[in-house]
Amino acid sequence: MLQGVKVLDCTERLGWLAGRLLADMGAEVLRIEAPDTDVSTSDWRALNVNKHLLRVDCASHPAELDRLAGGADILIATPHPGHDASRLYDFARLSRLNPRLIVTAITPFGLAGPKAQWLASDIELMAAGGAMSLAGEPDGKPLRVSAPQSYAWAGAQAAVGALTALAARHRTGRGQLVDVSAQAAVITALAHAPTFADILSVTPQRAGSYMTGRSVTGAKFRVFWPCRDGHINFILYGGVAGRRTNEQLVAWMREGGFDLGPLAAIDWTKFDPTRATQAEVDAMEAKMALFFHSLAKREFLEGAHRREMLGYPVSTVADIATDPQLQARGFWHDLPAPGGRIERQCGAFVVVDGARPPLADPMQQAERSPAFGRRA
Amino acid sequence: MQALDGLKIVEFGGYAAGPHIGKMLANFGALVVHVESFARPDGFRLQYPPYKDGKPDINGSGCFAFYNDSKFGVTVDVKNPEGLRLAKRLTDWSDIVIENMRPGVMARLGLGYDALKRSNPDLIMLSTCNMGQTGPRADTPGFGSQLTALAGMCGLTGERDGPPMLLYGPYIDFIASTLGAAAVLAALEKRSRTGQGSYLDVSQYECGLMFLAGPLLEYHTSGKLAERSGNDDPQAAPHGAWPCRDGGWLALSCWCDAEFARLCGAIGMPALAADLSLATLAGRRSRKEVVDEAISNWSKQHDAKEAAETLQSAGIHAHPVNDMADLFTDTQLAARRQWRRRPHPVLGNHAYCMPAFELPEMPGEVTLAAPLLGAHNDKVFREYLGLTEAEYTQAQAAGAFA
Repeated sequence: MLQGVKVLDCTERLGWLAGRLLADMGAEVLRIEAPDTDVSTSDWRALNVNKHLLRVDCASHPAELDRLAGGADILIATPHPGHDASRLYDFARLSRLNPRLIVTAITPFGLAGPKAQWLASDIELMAAGGAMSLAGEPDGKPLRVSAPQSYAWAGAQAAVGALTALAARHRTGRGQLVDVSAQAAVITALAHAPTFADILSVTPQRAGSYMTGRSVTGAKFRVFWPCRDGHINFILYGGVAGRRTNEQLVAWMREGGFDLGPLAAIDWTKFDPTRATQAEVDAMEAKMALFFHSLAKREFLEGAHRREMLGYPVSTVADIATDPQLQARGFWHDLPAPGGRIERQCGAFVVVDGARPPLADPMQQAERSPAFGRRA
Repeated sequence: MQALDGLKIVEFGGYAAGPHIGKMLANFGALVVHVESFARPDGFRLQYPPYKDGKPDINGSGCFAFYNDSKFGVTVDVKNPEGLRLAKRLTDWSDIVIENMRPGVMARLGLGYDALKRSNPDLIMLSTCNMGQTGPRADTPGFGSQLTALAGMCGLTGERDGPPMLLYGPYIDFIASTLGAAAVLAALEKRSRTGQGSYLDVSQYECGLMFLAGPLLEYHTSGKLAERSGNDDPQAAPHGAWPCRDGGWLALSCWCDAEFARLCGAIGMPALAADLSLATLAGRRSRKEVVDEAISNWSKQHDAKEAAETLQSAGIHAHPVNDMADLFTDTQLAARRQWRRRPHPVLGNHAYCMPAFELPEMPGEVTLAAPLLGAHNDKVFREYLGLTEAEYTQAQAAGAFA
């Protein structure tokens, strides 16, 4: 979809995903790396696949950056506000060289403001954006996701911002600055949690591994259930969706010869989790726990799908790698890698007109540098 | 002038995954019409608090408001022939249709892409659902909070020897909505160049995996399994969150030996800096308890904000763990005008959240508080679609707006 759009990607780790998303939608992305940068890590390879790589030290050769910026539509950078070296990516300067250029600056906190020069890695960004305050046990310490997420949130918002500016350029003929804050990007992840503080002056607490706040009695409901090879995510919901799921769960347990205990007598058309007491919930869950413990994750995934139940296993990357749904949709792309290896990459995130845009073969990418990166 | 002035978007569906796309684009000038019906209002209106004063009200859900500011709200009963006719007039008028029903539902209503493009050939349509429109589990119904477990994020959150953790809400829905917004804008670029529309099939599951692309490639390449590890990071030590005097928490990390030495100075523990066993990353990781205790002893004597400012002045990565209330007083977010308060007829003056990017030359804005159910039927159908008085009255009498 972005065929002919030329992107110059000068980002550090914070911004890698932005260029990957644009590349996956057809943009010609030139990835700038200093000659000594390690490009062998999985993170680098996964988030910079589908881009052309050009080794140049822009700090020592600013004229080279200017030449490339002169032919680009979008430049993405992760400048450090207040640092001399970051003047290279100054919008006013670049705009004089190429008035059509869209400069997308991704920074931890934004280009201006009292914390613009603060240092932040993933954990500080997940803290600053509120995500850590919602993850972890309610009486334990706040947690981040063990694989960095804030960089991806920032990169995704940057892609939307850059393309918003690109749409505007059709009318104005001019590029503009896009100022992306990673802290603000993390707020996207919080769902509507901030509204409780704003509207009710209630501060949502860490969710832990139980569902709370659904019962007038204060009962908590188990979310994660140990199973034969890990955990399952299953919740006793009420309403229409819960009714079908709960009925099917009981049918499944009955077929397996499991003791239903109090579950046998419940009329699911009338079951209301908001009124259940903790003792009632515990008695139901004790029987459910034995059933879930007998299942493997894949068995639950397939059975729950067949029975149209809500609930999913808690996947590891190994489970995801072998999920038949992803294979059927052609999500994985195998690409040749250095040393004759094959690299299995996540494919483009969107299917367009029934086809997933293919990732470019990195070997051919190396041989064919993009038109706007070619030396005069 | 705003960046997306003139762009017309119609949304069918509800909750987060579809409407959040339109919300972001509306903040930058797109004219977005959110379609519901009195029989089937957006699920966020009645099923999800917070409500004003805690009292459920179809027009008083803060959750619905959060994803529907700056839009026009209409009610159209698509199961009524006259309503369906109006829905088609809306899609004929629009540049982009966004829907997040289960696969096949729009087609059964007569609003599938093939039907819509017959009368609007360059239409861009985006469908978003749990698993995507195809594949053996395409028809799986599901909630985003549970899909976040299937996509790996819950399993990667928690202590090494503890259970997986929730990420509060439907975390993955917002990955898919953000990537979905990028996709419709890319399709718009294609349409500008070629005159052709597009059909975009967005699987929320697949979008989520883009946020774990590195660990997935690592597994495919080496067989190494990413695992939850509390707040540890293999490349930084210390790296975590520590309790503070005011009940808050301080997140901090040291990414090189010199940064650790600065930390030791800032927290008044020069002896740690002199301890050769802690001079390297490997050393600090193997004696984590010693470093953790020293930081904890210091952090408990300071408020979180003050502690973060002290460490940042010394050149150390640090920030308080903001809770939801803190987000509304954070000085940096205030400087960026992250929150925009607007008066709402039921909720009163309350805050809406801007996207995380700003275009200083064409700023984003919250142009309208979230719509009451059917608030803009008159404006949208008369003013934008040009229904005559007779047509509007006839549609109304036929139950099209029910």
